[in-house]
Amino acid sequence: MRYPPMLGPASAGVRVGTAAAGNERASETRGSWLLVLLLALALALGLTQAAPAVAQSEPNGDDEVANELLEALDVASFPAKGEAIEAIVLSEDPRARDWLQALLDGRLQRTDEGRFVVVLDNTGREWPVQDALSGEPLGEMSRRDLDRIGINNALRNQLRSAIAVVDLYSSDLALRRASAERLLGEVDADLAEPLAAVIEEEPDARVRERLMQALAIHRLEQGEIEAVADLRGSLHPRVRVALSRAANGDEPLVADAAREALNSVEQMLKVNRVVETLYFGLSLGSVLVLAAIGLAITFGVMGVINMAHGELIMLGAYTTWAMQQLLPGQPGLALILAIPAGFMVAALAGVAIERGVIQFLKGRPLETLLATFGISLILQQLVRTAISPLNRTVITPEWMSGSIAINDALSLTLNRMYVLGFALVVFASLMLIMRRTRLGLEVRAVTQNRAMARSMGIRATRVDIMTFALGSGVAGLAGVALSQLTNVGPNLGQNYIIDSFMVVVFGGVGNLWGTLVAGLSLGVINQVLEPWAGAVMAKIIVLVFIILFIQKRPRGLFPQKGRAAEG
Amino acid sequence: MDSSRLWLLRPFGERSTLIFLGVLLAAMTLVTLLHVAVPPGHPLYVSAYTVNLFGKYLSYALLAVAVDLVWGYLGILSLGHGAFFALGGYAMGMYLMRQIGDRGVYGHPVLPDFMVFLNWDSLPWYWLGFDMAWFAFLMVLLVPGALALVFGFLAFRSRVTGVYLSIITQALTFALMLAFFRNEMGFGGNNGLTDFREILGFNLRSSDTRLGLFLATGVALALSYVLCRAIVTSKLGRVCVATRDAEARTRFLGYRVERFQLFVFVVSAMLAGLAGALYVPQVGIINPSEFSPLFSIEIVLWVALGGRATLYGAVIGAILVNYAKTVFTGAMPDAWLFALGGLFVLVTVFLPKGVAGLLALRLRRRRNGNGSPSVKEAAA
Repeated sequence: MRYPPMLGPASAGVRVGTAAAGNERASETRGSWLLVLLLALALALGLTQAAPAVAQSEPNGDDEVANELLEALDVASFPAKGEAIEAIVLSEDPRARDWLQALLDGRLQRTDEGRFVVVLDNTGREWPVQDALSGEPLGEMSRRDLDRIGINNALRNQLRSAIAVVDLYSSDLALRRASAERLLGEVDADLAEPLAAVIEEEPDARVRERLMQALAIHRLEQGEIEAVADLRGSLHPRVRVALSRAANGDEPLVADAAREALNSVEQMLKVNRVVETLYFGLSLGSVLVLAAIGLAITFGVMGVINMAHGELIMLGAYTTWAMQQLLPGQPGLALILAIPAGFMVAALAGVAIERGVIQFLKGRPLETLLATFGISLILQQLVRTAISPLNRTVITPEWMSGSIAINDALSLTLNRMYVLGFALVVFASLMLIMRRTRLGLEVRAVTQNRAMARSMGIRATRVDIMTFALGSGVAGLAGVALSQLTNVGPNLGQNYIIDSFMVVVFGGVGNLWGTLVAGLSLGVINQVLEPWAGAVMAKIIVLVFIILFIQKRPRGLFPQKGRAAEG
Repeated sequence: MDSSRLWLLRPFGERSTLIFLGVLLAAMTLVTLLHVAVPPGHPLYVSAYTVNLFGKYLSYALLAVAVDLVWGYLGILSLGHGAFFALGGYAMGMYLMRQIGDRGVYGHPVLPDFMVFLNWDSLPWYWLGFDMAWFAFLMVLLVPGALALVFGFLAFRSRVTGVYLSIITQALTFALMLAFFRNEMGFGGNNGLTDFREILGFNLRSSDTRLGLFLATGVALALSYVLCRAIVTSKLGRVCVATRDAEARTRFLGYRVERFQLFVFVVSAMLAGLAGALYVPQVGIINPSEFSPLFSIEIVLWVALGGRATLYGAVIGAILVNYAKTVFTGAMPDAWLFALGGLFVLVTVFLPKGVAGLLALRLRRRRNGNGSPSVKEAAA
């Protein structure tokens, strides 16, 4: 399983560039006295940590001055570089932010002729660059012709704070949010006062809350007991760090208040963990349900053991990949088109298997098992030979990536949410088909009493084919969904076949509701066990549990009753 | 008592058993002669490598006999016999590991290399005693037997049969595979047990030891075959076949079906363990991949190809498939899974009685004296 990393302050900055501009606040009209104050403070104290900011209001495009500013960066001593950075900030040059960011990323470089350039993309051998002063593109340059301006960790911190403060004055809401996020725990005495003024002017509630917390952390460090009230209820890790530091501090009153706040935070975190476990459990369960539900039809309803079911899932996943190859640049559209395509591909493969092999082995379940296992080997090797033995990359479209932040310590990944919803939709449609359509009626009739159904005029062979196509097609759908969560490779199916059989058998053969309940509950059990048993051990425990459970109730959670059960 | 001895000796009165034992003995003698008496370089010379390979095939054949005993005569399709095989192999591997002594890379007098690597300071309790050959050889039979006893007791008591049993045996071996992959289990994790040096004081790398192991495997196969035939032809065996064909009816006749099933299942598991124990010193390694469901299901294919419920068919199937595997994986490795998968389909659809069924058909035709060879081929 892959879990995307939690969104933290570090990665929040990544989205800065793409987010839409925020509200209409005009930064020019903001009190420039604030800036002056900030700058003066910074200057006076000769800061290296939280460097002051500059507004991007007054363009000061004198290239010669700018060149001198950059020139000052290209010195050996790091303290001198720190001063140069301050000078750049103070210059109020509109390009300052880009320079600082480039410097932070190691992309501010110097050519052999002494020209300053910003490298736009430093991945390949030849790097596209643009002039740092004029911003005009200079084409591609070899990395050997460029000299990087090096920085150290102290400078990196200084740069980050400087950029954060610059961003706080931006008109871009996303930039401000990211910068407020970054300032949490970084505020010191020099920033505190101007920050209070910024908070009053800030229109966005979220930025305001963050800045309040940032300020409160600072106040707490100064021993202000009221600050605890501002921090109570926040689950942000840095707030927790600040609170626990205060709880272990010397002042008994503050320590008590902090400890009490910390306790309530711990309570909320516990709730968080339960919600998170449940979410991941349901997500894993929905994957199991998707993988098993097709099997519940072919095995449970038709009584055919299809060991190639996992490979039908794999075919669905590869269809998604192929679709994305066919429609480059449109992963979302390709994914949506892959849903019907994956269904069709897997359904056709299923029909081929049924007509080619399974129909000759009717009434011999163990032989069917062996023959379909042979087919699964052939399909796997086919993919290995025809495509590649390596995993293929399936892109997650933008609207499916990312996560929903419930609170500071809990965010739920979107792709899992989609898969969970998809599983439920697939399940509901299958229930509809089995309960409300002619096909479903015929399937149930043939399952219960084949001879009688045939004498009533139902074409049993056709029903067999349709049922098998349906079960296989659903496996294809599972593949499409799985391609968003796990690696797409020749072994994809193998990893799910045993689990799928377990889910069907656990839920009770021939019972779609049983499959749903079994899949979801096994997923949750697995996630609950994982923290203290480890991932592999949790899986083993679940397997052993099912083996023991089947001894106790050989027909699963929801056994079929009546005559059909005897078949 | 006298009757019990008769019970064990009865197979020697059967023609098929005598033929099987004769062929096996002849093959073993031939290989030994060609290895010892013919000088190296001569076209008929059988190298130590080939002897080793034959020994490996024979241990697979023994495993196939064990599977045929439960599948052919009891109707239980076990997809987890690889687990018993691997457990027997691990028991043997642990003995061989302890025989390395202080000659490992780290030179620790007691701990195997991988434990030193994991910074363990003493042997886990379940490794104790494996420095003694008799104890280890006993465990080769007892560990798989005990697992089969517990698993079979639970399964047969609650009448888990057919496909359900197949699937949970597969889950069993899958769970064991995951468990043995863990380093914390103390069985070498991913790498398993390897770097063996000697068995009972004989150097495992010398060709004489290899020949000895080959002969020992052959003898074990012969004895196991006789034992299985004896079980199958006894009254107990008849009850087993009756259970296979009509479990409910046998139950109604008053037989405690689950006891017969349990007994045969445990014997089969022990034979599988023995096969694993003979396999490990010949290939020089045991790792968790022997637990993989794919391997277990492959064993079933050997039996299916050779012919169910004949025992000698299982031996033929195991040797044929593994010989094909050696040839294929050497010549064109990509094609092996195609061939194996194709075999599964072809055998189940077109050859339900396996190679042994073909042989029996041919034999019957010849005895009756009708039908030309071409007709026989077509009928097959």
